[in-house]
Formats: sequence, structure tokens, C-alpha cells
Amino acid sequence: MAKEIDARGLLCPEPILLTKKVLDTMSGGTVNVLVSNMAARENVTRLAENKGWRVDISQQGEDILLVLTK
Amino acid sequence: MSKQRILLIAAGGTIGILAVALVALGNPANMGYCIACFLRDISGGLGFHRAAPVQYIRPEIPGLVLGAFIASLASREFRAVGGSSTFTRFILGFVGMIGMLVFLGCPLRAVLRLAGGDLNAAVALVGLVAGVVIGIAFLKTGFTLGRAVPQQQGNGYLFPALMAGLLVLLLAQPAFLFFSAEGPGSMRAPVLIALAAGLVVGILAQRSRLCMVGGIRDLIFFRDGHLLYGFAAIFVAALLGNLAVGSFNLGFAGQPVAHTDGLWNFLGMTLAGWTAVLLGGCPLRQLVAGAEGNTDSAVTIIGLLAGAAVAHNFGLAASPNGVPMAGQVAVIIGLMVVFVIAVVNRPVAVMGGVSVGKGN
Repeated sequence: MAKEIDARGLLCPEPILLTKKVLDTMSGGTVNVLVSNMAARENVTRLAENKGWRVDISQQGEDILLVLTK
Repeated sequence: MSKQRILLIAAGGTIGILAVALVALGNPANMGYCIACFLRDISGGLGFHRAAPVQYIRPEIPGLVLGAFIASLASREFRAVGGSSTFTRFILGFVGMIGMLVFLGCPLRAVLRLAGGDLNAAVALVGLVAGVVIGIAFLKTGFTLGRAVPQQQGNGYLFPALMAGLLVLLLAQPAFLFFSAEGPGSMRAPVLIALAAGLVVGILAQRSRLCMVGGIRDLIFFRDGHLLYGFAAIFVAALLGNLAVGSFNLGFAGQPVAHTDGLWNFLGMTLAGWTAVLLGGCPLRQLVAGAEGNTDSAVTIIGLLAGAAVAHNFGLAASPNGVPMAGQVAVIIGLMVVFVIAVVNRPVAVMGGVSVGKGN
């Protein structure tokens, strides 16, 4: 069961903060993060990759979906 | 090294070199680029305040916004959004500006001042870090200004259009504008060069997401030093530039457009750092976000302009002679205002409700 994080419309660091809270409780699995600006996309990607998660990025309409897996 | 990091270092290095070049071409010393000072000059140029030495329509600001606007259109990142506690952001911009004018510079100028040997800026940067640490403590306990939501695209074009309007005013120079005859406002790099430098910085800042408080914030918060590379690149480039042109002058006393009152340099920047963390970025980053269509950030800039107007009309801003008593009181009141805003905007802690960040 993938966890969902809705970080649309939030400015940094809130998207990273929400993502970190979830990742800190998991040792592996799938997390879907929805963001709406490029700064959030890059920052969340950097956070997840530093923690050893794989990041797949796709456009979802106006928003950006980051699928984190480990 | 990742492409993003190279871009960030290139952006920082370019800003550092341009800042030294703009001073050599006429801008006030250690003020090649200063978002707070230039917004203050624009506020005065439009007559919002009547401090005669600091009035001019600085082309670097509209240049930066238009550069970032063009870059965000080209990269299809432009999106009109807004509605994230807009008026609260105005107030945070307003009081943050008072803190910056008590120090005499924004976080960007603090780095440029340090690169010119001004050790007062080192004290201020410690104050900035203190403000960032306080801001992080509130973020950790659930502070949020809530989500911005998509708006009609036309809303997002207004801010770049306003900046284009400022450029028209600068070029047409109608009689109702105020341009300083002496003081920092009279010290200007040539218009077209300053405008071009603004455009370049705007494009680079948009592409690299450069933020002067973001680096400190992310390092303390997430042990992520990425954004600090931009901060460091500005410092190194400006330091080398100043050494090369002989404008490096180490010390506390006699620094250009600066005072030596350490306590208020520290507290002014604490106020600036705290507000910037709550706002999600330094004044430079707010300009770029406004250019990308974030109307909340556009309102934040108007808050900065209004704060500058009040700071000078009511004698709150510092001068090389020091910080007036009214300015000291204003910083204390500002810190209290930010404290209240930071305490009440924690929906989980305050109301036991669902965090706006969790998608209810």
C-alpha cells in the first residue's frame, strides 16, 4: 500500500518536511508525493535520493508526481 | 557534481562578480546587488517615502523579475497561484524589511558586505542564522501559511507587468519621480548595464532556485547543504573580485553604508531571517517566485516596499550614524508580531485540527 503525500501549493521547506516525516517512519516501500512547483520537485528528489530512495517523476496535469521507492 | 549544483555555483559566482562590477560602475560600495536597499530606493523613487538620499528606480529589480519571468515561461514553469495567507505574508514582508533596514541590507547584501571586509555583516549573519533557527522551531511544530491554489493565468502576469511599468517610468523619468541628488540613491551603474545584470541574475536565480536563507535553513533542518553552494559561490566570487579591484577593506569601523552597532545588526537580521523562513524564502527568492506567477510572493514584495516607506517616513531605518531609538523599538515590536504570527499559524497545535499539509 503506497503512502500518499499531497504537497501541492506549498512552498519549501514544507514539501520536504512532510516527505521527511513519512520517510523517517519507513524502511522501504512506495511513497507518492504530489507537488506543484519545480523547486519542491528538486528539493524532495534530493532529500529522497540522499536517503537511498529511487525517484520516478511524471507530470500529472499541472502537478508533478514523484514516486519514491526503496 | 550534479547539473543543478553546477548551475547554482555558476549563478552564485555570476552574481558575486556582477555585484563587484556594478559597484565599480557606480553603485554604492558593497551594494552591487541588494534586494532590500533597491526596493527601498524604488519606494523612495515613487515618493512613498521622502528620505532624499535613497530615492531611485533601480533597474536591477525589474530586470531580475523580468529575467526570471522569461526563464519561467521558457521552461513552462510559470503558473499563476495564490491564496496562501496572503495578507499575513504582506505583514511578514513589512516587518522583515524594517529589520533589514536596521541592519542596512538583505541577506544577499550581508554576504556582499562580508566579501568587502565589513565585519559588521558577520555579526548580522550570525543574527540571520539565529532567526532561521527560530523559524525552523516553529516549522517543526506545525507552522504553515497554508496552500496556494491555481489562479487565472492573468493574475500571474500582473507582477511582471508592474515591473515593466517601473522600467517605463525609469526611462521616461516623469517629473513626479524622486531621484536622489546625493547619497546612495545618487550612486548608480548605467541604466542599461544594471538592467542587463538584473536580467542575467533573474534568469540564473530562477533556474538555480538560489535562496540566501534556504541554504542555512536546509543545512540546519535536513543536513542538506545544496543551497549553501550558491551562498558560498557569491561570497568567494565577490571576495576575489573585491581583492582584484582593491575594494576589500577589513574591519568594523568606517564601512560603506553601514553602522557598527552589533546588537541591532544582529537583531535586525534575526527579524529578517525569521520572517524569511516563515515566508519560504529570502527577498531575492520572493522576487523570483513572484515572477513565476506566485501572487502571494508578489504581495510580499509590496509588503517590503510598504515596510521601506514606513521605515524611512517614521525614522526607523539605520544610517551610518547608527540605529535611531524608534528603529530599535520597531525591531522589538516586529519580533513580537512575527512571534504571534508564528504561534497562531500552527493549525494542529492551535486547533487540534488536520494539518493543511496532509490533504484533508
